[in-house]
Amino acid sequence: MTRTPNTTTPAKFTALCILFCCLFCTSAQAQEIVVGSKKFTESVVLGEVLSHIGRSVNASVTHRRELGGTRVLWNALIAGDIDLYPDYTGTLSREILAEENLRDEADIRARLAEMGLVMSRPLGFNNTYVLGMVETRAEALGIRTISDLKKHPDLKLGFGNEFMDRGDGWPSLQNRYVLPHQNVSGLDHDLAYRGLESGTIDVMDMYSTDAEIQYYGLRSLVDDLQHFPIYNAVIVYRVDLIDRAPQVVREILKLEGLISEKKMMVMNAQVKLEKKPEAQVAADFLAKNLNVQVKIKKETAGARFWRHTWDHLTLVGISLFGAIVVSIPLGIVAFRWARGGQIILGLVGIIQTIPSLALLVFMIPLLGIGGAPAIVALFLYSLLPIVRNTYAGLHDIPVGIRESAAALGLSDGAQLRLVTLPMASRSILAGIKTSAVINVGTATLGALIGAGGYGQPILTGIRLDDIGLILQGAVPAALLALIVQGLFELFERVFVSRGLQLKGEINA
Amino acid sequence: MFEVTGVSKTFGDLQALREVDLSVHPEQTTVLIGPSGCGKSTMIRLMVGLVWPDEGTVTYKGQMLTPANVLSLRQKMGYVIQEGGLFPHLTARKNVALMANYLGWAADRIDARIETLATLTHFPADGLDRFPGELSGGQQQRVGLMRALMLDPDVLLLDEPLGALDPMIRADLQSDLRSIFQTLGKTVVMVTHDMGEAGFFGDQIVLMREGEIVQIGSLKNLIQNPAHKFVTQFIHAQRSPLESMAPGDIAK
Repeated sequence: MTRTPNTTTPAKFTALCILFCCLFCTSAQAQEIVVGSKKFTESVVLGEVLSHIGRSVNASVTHRRELGGTRVLWNALIAGDIDLYPDYTGTLSREILAEENLRDEADIRARLAEMGLVMSRPLGFNNTYVLGMVETRAEALGIRTISDLKKHPDLKLGFGNEFMDRGDGWPSLQNRYVLPHQNVSGLDHDLAYRGLESGTIDVMDMYSTDAEIQYYGLRSLVDDLQHFPIYNAVIVYRVDLIDRAPQVVREILKLEGLISEKKMMVMNAQVKLEKKPEAQVAADFLAKNLNVQVKIKKETAGARFWRHTWDHLTLVGISLFGAIVVSIPLGIVAFRWARGGQIILGLVGIIQTIPSLALLVFMIPLLGIGGAPAIVALFLYSLLPIVRNTYAGLHDIPVGIRESAAALGLSDGAQLRLVTLPMASRSILAGIKTSAVINVGTATLGALIGAGGYGQPILTGIRLDDIGLILQGAVPAALLALIVQGLFELFERVFVSRGLQLKGEINA
Repeated sequence: MFEVTGVSKTFGDLQALREVDLSVHPEQTTVLIGPSGCGKSTMIRLMVGLVWPDEGTVTYKGQMLTPANVLSLRQKMGYVIQEGGLFPHLTARKNVALMANYLGWAADRIDARIETLATLTHFPADGLDRFPGELSGGQQQRVGLMRALMLDPDVLLLDEPLGALDPMIRADLQSDLRSIFQTLGKTVVMVTHDMGEAGFFGDQIVLMREGEIVQIGSLKNLIQNPAHKFVTQFIHAQRSPLESMAPGDIAK
C-alpha cells in the first residue's frame, strides 16, 4: 500500500494528461477553422471580421479571442491550434522573426513559406507604434519629436508589457535615441491611457490606429530617427488552410487593401468609445464594404455567465483533483524517503516561482491553447501547498506515537492508513484549501491562453475600460474562492476526527 | 523470554550499547535503570524491533528477531511509552481495539475484551468513548496499558510508563500496575530512572551506565553487594530528603 503511490504516480499523471488532451484538443477537423486574436481591440475586431467571413461561406468558425500576447498566438499558429490571425509586418520582422534580419515584405513572405505559413497582402492600414503625450503637457514642455524627450529625463514613461520586452520595443528605442529616463514602468496597454489622463505617467506607447488618441486629445511624437518600421496589418494563415477551406481563404483575401487607416480607427472607436460589441462592428463593416450579410448570434448575459462559470469550474475542478491525487502520495514519499524528499519539495517549490504567464506560454508548444495547458499549469501550481502540508503533517507526528503504531505490529501501509494519514488529515486539508483558493484566483489568467472562465470578462473589461465587465469576472471569482473554502471547511468538520480538534491535544 | 547476546548499537557518534548480554526471565519483572543516555531505552526498543543491533542478536522465545518476523512477533508483545503514545484522532475504545479490528476480531469479542481490561486497569467505562485529549494523564496511561494488553501478549514492554505523571497519580498507578502484573503473571520489562520505582516493581534490576550493564540483581542485592562504587552512588543520589529523616525499608 505504501509503495504503490510511488509507482502509480507517473502512470496517473500520464492518464490525466491524455484525458486533458481528449477533452480539449478535438477541434482540428476538416471544415472547422479557428481564428485567433490578440488582447487588444483592433485585433479582436479583425478576428470577428475573419470569423464572420468564414461563417458566411458556411465554415464552422471558432474565434479564440483576446489571447495574451503575440507569442501565444504565434506558438498556437505553429502548433496548428489556430489557423489564422491578424498581425502586422513590423511585428513579424522585428519581433517574431527578429533574429533573421528580414528587410521587406518579400523577405517575410519567403521566410513564412518555409514554415508552412502564408501572409496576405496588406489590408490597407499601417498601425505603427507611436509615443504619445497629453497635448497640453507636450506643448508646455515643447516636445514634438521623440528626440525632444532627451531634454526631459524626469518624465515618467509607462509602456505596455509587451512593448517593454519586444525586439522593436523600449530597449531598442532607448538605444536608438539614447533616452536617459529611469522612471519606466510596464503596465497594461489599455490601462496606460488612464494613467496618461490622470498624470501618473507622462509618455506611453500607442498604436497609431487607437481610438483613444483623438478621444483624449493626445499628441503623437514624431519618430524623427525612424526607429519604428512599418506595421502593415496582414492576415497570417497556415498553408494547409488553402486545401481545407479554399472558399474561406478566397473570401478572406478580399480584405486585402480594403481597410484604410480611417476605417480601422472608426471601428476601434465604435468599440472602445461607443461600446458597441466587436461582432456588431465587424458585421457592419462587412455589410458596407463587402456586401456580406451576417447574422449575429446574441448570447444573453445569463448564458454568458454560466459559460464562464462552467469553464472556470472545469479548470479548477480537474486541476485541483489531479493535484490532490498526485500531491498526497508525493508528500508521503517525500516524508519517507528523506534524501529524495528534499528533492521533491525543492522541485515543487521551484514550479511555484515560475510566473504564471510564463508557465502558460511554456505549455502552448506542448499542449496548444485553451483548457488543456491552463489545467496543467494550474495543476502544477496546486502541488506545492498540498505536498508540503502532507509532508509537514506527517513530519509533525511525535516519534513516540509513530513508534507506538509500529510496535503494535501494524504493517507500514496500515500505519499510514489507520494512524499517520488520519493524524495528518488536518494539515493536508489545510494545504488543499490553500491550493484551491490560489487555483480559483490563478485560473482567471487562463483566459490569456483561450481557456475562458471568469478571466474572460476581466480581460475584456480591462481592454474596454469597463469596470462593470471587470466585476462580472472578479466578483464571481472571489465568491467561488469563498465557496470552495467553505466547502472544504465543512468537509473538515465532517471527516477530520474531533479528537484532533481538541485543544488539549497530546504533545510529546 | 528475551535473550540479548553481544549487542552493540551506535547512533552516529554515540555508542548506545556496548556488547551487552541480558536474559529476561518469564513471568518476572525486569527493570532497566540508569542515568540518562545509559542505553536503557535503546535496550527495550531493541526487544520490540524499533531499532536493530549493529552487532549481536536479540531472540524472543528462542526465535531471532528479524525484519521479516518482527510484525508477527510484535503482536505477542505489548509496548507502552511515556504518556501512553495514544493516537489522538481515535477514542480510547478505538485506540484499544485498533489492532484487534485490524486482525478482524468479531465486535462482541472486542467489546468483551475491552470490558475485562477496563475493569482490570480501573478505567471508567464512560471514558472509553472520549478522545485522548479529553482524558487525564493517568487515564491516558491506563488506556495505553489496555491497548498493550488487548491481544493478551506474553510480554509487556514499558518505557518510562509513569514518567510524565504527577506524584499522587503516579503512586496510584504504581500499585495498580503491580497488582495487574501479579494478576496476569506476564513477563514485564520496564524502563525507569527512579530507583524507588525499580525497587517497587523489579524482581530483577538491571543497572546500566554508558551502554554497559553495571550490575543485575534485586534492590537488596544492589544495596548490600554493590558491584561497583557507581551502584552505591546511583542509589544514594536517588534518596529523597524524607527518607533520610525517617529511614525505612525502601523496598516496601
